[in-house]
Amino acid sequence: MANKPLAAIAGIGWTDYTRNSGRSVESLALEACHHALADAGLPAEKVDGLASFNLGDSVVTSVVATNLGLPKLNHYADFAAGGFMACGVMVEAAMAVSAGLADYVLVYRALNGASGQRYGGFEFSRMLAEHGVHTDAEQQFLDTAGITMPAQEFALLCRLHMEKYGTTNDDLAAVAMSGRANAADNPRAQMRKPMSLEDYRNSRWVAEPFRVFDCCLQTDGACALLVTSPERARDLKKAPVNIHAGFTATGPRNRGSMWGNFNIDPTTTYADLHADRLFERAGIKRDDLDFAEIYDCFTYSIIGQMEGFGLIERGEAGEFFRSGAGRIDGRLPINTHGGLLSEGYIHGLNSVVEAVEQLRGEAGPRQVKDAAFGLVTAGGATQTGSAVILGRH
Amino acid sequence: MNASASLYPVPQVTAVSKPFWAACLQHRLQLQKCESCGRFRFYPCEACPDCRSTAYQWVDVSGRGKILTWIVVHRSVDPVWQERTPFVTGIVEIEEQKGCFIPGIIQGVAPADVRGGMPVKVEFEETNPGVVVPRWRVQ
Repeated sequence: MANKPLAAIAGIGWTDYTRNSGRSVESLALEACHHALADAGLPAEKVDGLASFNLGDSVVTSVVATNLGLPKLNHYADFAAGGFMACGVMVEAAMAVSAGLADYVLVYRALNGASGQRYGGFEFSRMLAEHGVHTDAEQQFLDTAGITMPAQEFALLCRLHMEKYGTTNDDLAAVAMSGRANAADNPRAQMRKPMSLEDYRNSRWVAEPFRVFDCCLQTDGACALLVTSPERARDLKKAPVNIHAGFTATGPRNRGSMWGNFNIDPTTTYADLHADRLFERAGIKRDDLDFAEIYDCFTYSIIGQMEGFGLIERGEAGEFFRSGAGRIDGRLPINTHGGLLSEGYIHGLNSVVEAVEQLRGEAGPRQVKDAAFGLVTAGGATQTGSAVILGRH
Repeated sequence: MNASASLYPVPQVTAVSKPFWAACLQHRLQLQKCESCGRFRFYPCEACPDCRSTAYQWVDVSGRGKILTWIVVHRSVDPVWQERTPFVTGIVEIEEQKGCFIPGIIQGVAPADVRGGMPVKVEFEETNPGVVVPRWRVQ
């Protein structure tokens, strides 16, 4: 029996996920927010809280509040943060609601991640160093070493996992192929055609040991979720999905975008330190999970996090995914929507939307049977991340 | 593409990192050494992560170390790095202290032959007028 939830999710919304929206990020954000409100059956003027995160590529909450014509905001939060905050914004909203700071908090993420501001490059890291979450001394040392893209940073971690546990590119392929197979039944997913091992092996190198099929899909789009108290949620249109627990957390000396990963064993993640407390707060065991949406900016991210959350043994990922255990009908379905690798990269918040659909029983042909509890994570096998445990009403 | 696009990135020097780059100009690798506990730290920061002391000195290190991890870059969004592909870059653990790491391009080895633990020595490359950055050469 799970513990009393912190809050509930009462509405979800999304735009098409594409390579070129041809629209402003502002318009994408508004569409997703309006869909989430319509899904919940809540008039916009009732919204009194907003939360989002961005890397200089989105519209901040004041813009959305203005466009929604909100009379006032009782709570808002704009995080300058990477994907590790995708569940953290849900935690922020849940805390605001459970603390009585606000009644209805809309959480959104909107970006033209393919046609607009793309990640990577030393001009981008300069922007981060000067204005963003990584305002710090780190970027100058990475930029000058040719390390200017997330794929490169994560490949450095993956290499260590390969050295320590014998992880291979075929193991990474198994991760990618499993998610792709799940995406076949997801109308939101941009990549639905199955991937073969040959397809993976023939995809070009980006940052060895990563090929292009190890990397998620930079995407234009937006999604939004409405968070409120479980009591208020019951008066809205859809069955509430409970937020039982969550965290936004790090390991030691977690400075910079990459350097924080090297202070303790770099093959471990934030999850190693924080998973037990998360499950305790939720009042469930790992075995109670019916599925997990694991943040997959890269294939390896799934491996490091699943090990850290104690969902698989170390070094077992390849076998887990080759056996079909991560498929919809498998032992523990992983990334039922195809993940960021196949659905798209709305910076991780889209994985929370998928988990809500699963827990409502609205996922159609990709529905996990009797899904009652799901884990959603954000953060890519590094020492910083966030997560939520969601449960069916 | 403007002219600056084909130039190497200039380090965005911060107050605490200035001595590092000044030493590189003289082809010396210098790190902060805590005056209280004697441990090196990188990258630069004001307080010692081991003992919290804010007293430190910039000290020459041997420039020898071994490869902790590495990648082979085949694609970069930066034209100047793309022109250099394929190249090996990674993280080196310095000889003086376990757990003290410095990133850098790794040279003098074919990408397929790189192995963890390989010994390397620092060398310096002038990437832009007045800008010298450390590189690692496999010994």
